[in-house]
Amino acid sequence: MTQNPGPDPDRIRRNRNTVMGLLLGGFVVLVFFISIAKMG
Amino acid sequence: MNQTAILQIPTDWRDFLALTKPRVMSLVIFTGLCGLLAAPERIHPVLAFTAVLCIAIGAGGAAALNQWWEADIDAGMKRTSDRPLPSGRMGRTEARDFGVALSVGSVLLMGVSIGWLAAAILAVSILYYAVIYTVWLKPRTPQNIVIGGGAGAFPPLIGWVAATGEITMMPVLLFAIIFFWTPPHFWSLALYVKSDYAKVGIPMMPVVAGERATRRQILYYSIVLLGLSVLPWALGGTHAIYGLSAAVLSAVFLAFAARVALRPSPPEGDAMKPEKQMFAFSILYLFVLFAALVADRMILG
Repeated sequence: MTQNPGPDPDRIRRNRNTVMGLLLGGFVVLVFFISIAKMG
Repeated sequence: MNQTAILQIPTDWRDFLALTKPRVMSLVIFTGLCGLLAAPERIHPVLAFTAVLCIAIGAGGAAALNQWWEADIDAGMKRTSDRPLPSGRMGRTEARDFGVALSVGSVLLMGVSIGWLAAAILAVSILYYAVIYTVWLKPRTPQNIVIGGGAGAFPPLIGWVAATGEITMMPVLLFAIIFFWTPPHFWSLALYVKSDYAKVGIPMMPVVAGERATRRQILYYSIVLLGLSVLPWALGGTHAIYGLSAAVLSAVFLAFAARVALRPSPPEGDAMKPEKQMFAFSILYLFVLFAALVADRMILG
């Protein structure tokens, strides 16, 4: 039976950065579309 | 897990997601969207999406603040002990800041993109849940669920106001329906997890007033709910699709409530099947009722 090495901080940090990047990207796209919708 | 370990391991993004109570959020998104779609005016699909997104983010922020404040209580209950804060996977400050950021962000985005009346109601709903319910009422009175239920009743009102820009009788009725639905929904759950609430000193109705009183109250609220749910139809705000659905659903809801109310207190270790069935049906009830409201508007205008 092998011992669980536990969570890898670097992997968690990388995943967090990816999610944060995707959310920020999504927010920028949303603001762009809101601007177009408000103009119409 | 000790404090040093908490500081060394960064919090997983899934824990931030868990902090927003995604399952509760799904009901919030659904009722908010239904309020928006049932309104007599249409808005641009991007703005409609933004409005529902703001309602969801606001609900997530309020849920995060709720978990930040109740971390010690959650640690004492089996159902909640694995949440990010009581399990030690997240620091308290992180949770608080996350909750504040989501709350403020959602209100600002709603105000700028949709309108400040909808934003103001969203702000009130967040404060209502995070402060009036979580901090003030929940630890003090067995009526916590009755008044706290108001927090969950806001989404259709916000959705409607986002579409029309004004508060009228119909969205207020939708608010009232969820307000009166919440106590029987939650008390049926509290009846079979009451030992957990008693352990952490939360004055839930079954703990303070006893099982018999709680069962009676479930019945009373279900009777009011039956009358309230058909009111939008009776007042001419909806057509027969909603009216008949509301009448049938609320009658079944009342039958479940009567079964729970008329049941003598079960012995220790009872499976509590009627209470569990009532809780499950109450969730289905709200989904189908609001779906019928939207179908009514879409099909019959």
